[in-house]
Amino acid sequence: MIEVNRQGEVWIYAEQEAGKLSDVPLELLSKGRELADQLKVPLAAVLLGKNVSDLAGQLILHGADKVYLAEDPALAHYQTASYTKVVCDLIIYRKPQICLFGATPLGRDLAPTIASCMRCGLTADCTDLEIGEHTEPSTKEHLSNLLLQIRPAFGGNIIATIVNPHRWPQMATVREGVMRMSTPTPGRNGVTIRCPVNLSGLTLPVEVLESHRRPKKVNLKGARIIVAGGAGVGSRENFRQLWDLANILGGAVGGSRAAVDLGYVDHDHQIGQTGTTVRPALYIACGLSGAVQHRAGMQESAKILAINNDKDAPIFGIAHYGIVGNLNEVVPRMIKAIRSGASIEKAAQAAKA
Amino acid sequence: MGYNCVVCVKQVPDTKRITGQAMKEDGTVNRAALPAVFNPEDLNALEAALRVRDEHGGTVTVITMGLPAACEVLRDALFRGADAVVLVTDRRAAASDTLATSYILSCAAKKLHPDLIFCGRQAIDGDTAQVGPQLAEKLGFTLITYLEDLKLDGRVATARRNVGNGYEVVRARLPALFTVVESANHPRPTAVKRAMKSKKARAPVEVAKAVDTELPSATPEAKAVETKKRCAELAARGLQIMQWNLDDLQADLSWCGGAGSPTKVHRIQSIVLAGGDYKEFPPTEDGVTRLLGELIEDHTIG
Repeated sequence: MIEVNRQGEVWIYAEQEAGKLSDVPLELLSKGRELADQLKVPLAAVLLGKNVSDLAGQLILHGADKVYLAEDPALAHYQTASYTKVVCDLIIYRKPQICLFGATPLGRDLAPTIASCMRCGLTADCTDLEIGEHTEPSTKEHLSNLLLQIRPAFGGNIIATIVNPHRWPQMATVREGVMRMSTPTPGRNGVTIRCPVNLSGLTLPVEVLESHRRPKKVNLKGARIIVAGGAGVGSRENFRQLWDLANILGGAVGGSRAAVDLGYVDHDHQIGQTGTTVRPALYIACGLSGAVQHRAGMQESAKILAINNDKDAPIFGIAHYGIVGNLNEVVPRMIKAIRSGASIEKAAQAAKA
Repeated sequence: MGYNCVVCVKQVPDTKRITGQAMKEDGTVNRAALPAVFNPEDLNALEAALRVRDEHGGTVTVITMGLPAACEVLRDALFRGADAVVLVTDRRAAASDTLATSYILSCAAKKLHPDLIFCGRQAIDGDTAQVGPQLAEKLGFTLITYLEDLKLDGRVATARRNVGNGYEVVRARLPALFTVVESANHPRPTAVKRAMKSKKARAPVEVAKAVDTELPSATPEAKAVETKKRCAELAARGLQIMQWNLDDLQADLSWCGGAGSPTKVHRIQSIVLAGGDYKEFPPTEDGVTRLLGELIEDHTIG
């Protein structure tokens, strides 16, 4: 651990794969920017890899004041041991107050190892972060400007807010897709600081023999409208109607874990705790009961329309609009109404009036 | 040759089966009403270890840290084929976060001198997935997360990792710690023969409790003697659940329990589902049209 350093910077870990930044660091930059501004300290991105220096400019445009760049041939491929060593060396030298990582497979491998090495706290899979005050119940010690690390726990049935008062840095992994992505500001200035990489004495314990990545077939995170189905859809054939509705609305198709497990829709479409987290403008939940694991991945949607024949389904508890009825009748009616257009226009006028 | 495998498991409330009975009137969860189960991915970890033993020989020892009730999952592990089981239980370990838990487990694992350690990727109550990586760090073991397939050749492990958007195959020298995902295998069911044999396995803390109930008027000394006697009998029949406290582990208490946990709970809020707060439309053509009209009017669609 490092001592509490109130002037310490806010850091985000800039995850990259094959020289490309994923969405996660850009999401972390937007939240990190808020936190750093509130604390009046710089926001820095930590970038590791081989030949990745051209990503530094992108991180600065997206909100970083500084980029700590560690390049080395030995960092060409992510490895727990080498990446932990480089980041820990940087933390010990620069004493940041907050370090954020994406709750990605890589982030959830790296962050706990760093926290264990630093003997500091780490909160997994946060869905929100705030700066706030905390009073220790046992000692009545009052602390301000702490990182409040907010996350669902207990299968999503409770929301826990965790703090790390004394053993810094305050570390958290942040769930993908929950924070808004930062938008680039053209001409934004920042500095890139090249950091020494000292891996002498460390033999890399893991040798990567094969690496297969496939791009996701569907971009759920970018969709403005999502039509999602659950077990209640009933069959892969019935799911076709959801595709039709999504197509006509220019949206994407999602599914609950149950729908994926039943083979109605492919795994890439899964929304929820073990799938993608989305926050579209409109989420149409069809035949979806709304288990907590699913809600965790979509409850931030701006508008939620639930269609279910069970009026007691939990999904109605978070819905803005609801239709209690058979989705195999309701969805075709929606498609038909949208195709015809005219009557909706009239209804829209009526809604206005 | 054979490998000394250790599997870390956890007894968890079954958060996946939250039914009406488990909900309180105010809409929050009644945790006491949830059944305690073997953490699902820990079963995959156990299966991975059993396959190593079945193929190469060696032993599988299962450790859990928790209350005496966690002996249930240890017995379950015996039914499925574990060779030995250990309960790490100590009041001073209460309120441990992942860092303190991994420290305590590292002390326990060191006593067993494992070649390989298997953990489930994450537990369904906390979903942190942190104890496995932190345990590896504490022990200086090579960490291989998200294991799907494992081949061993002497001191070299070749492992396929599920990295979400694909997979990679890595090679590492032992000792190593693996966190195992659900897709790795299908855990074998409990074997009836083994269950018949092992169902009487007890930890000393359970024996003491039974003695307490059966001999309520005996002196504490007499109870202690009886407990010791029964434990010895169980041990002779290979039915003892090993039980270690923090002293047995020679753990540094400043790294255990609340004192050893950097993270503190600031606030807990239950999720209360407010029902009926939505605007309802009938499932008719007219209802659907009006709904769509409203969505167009506020520029949600169109």
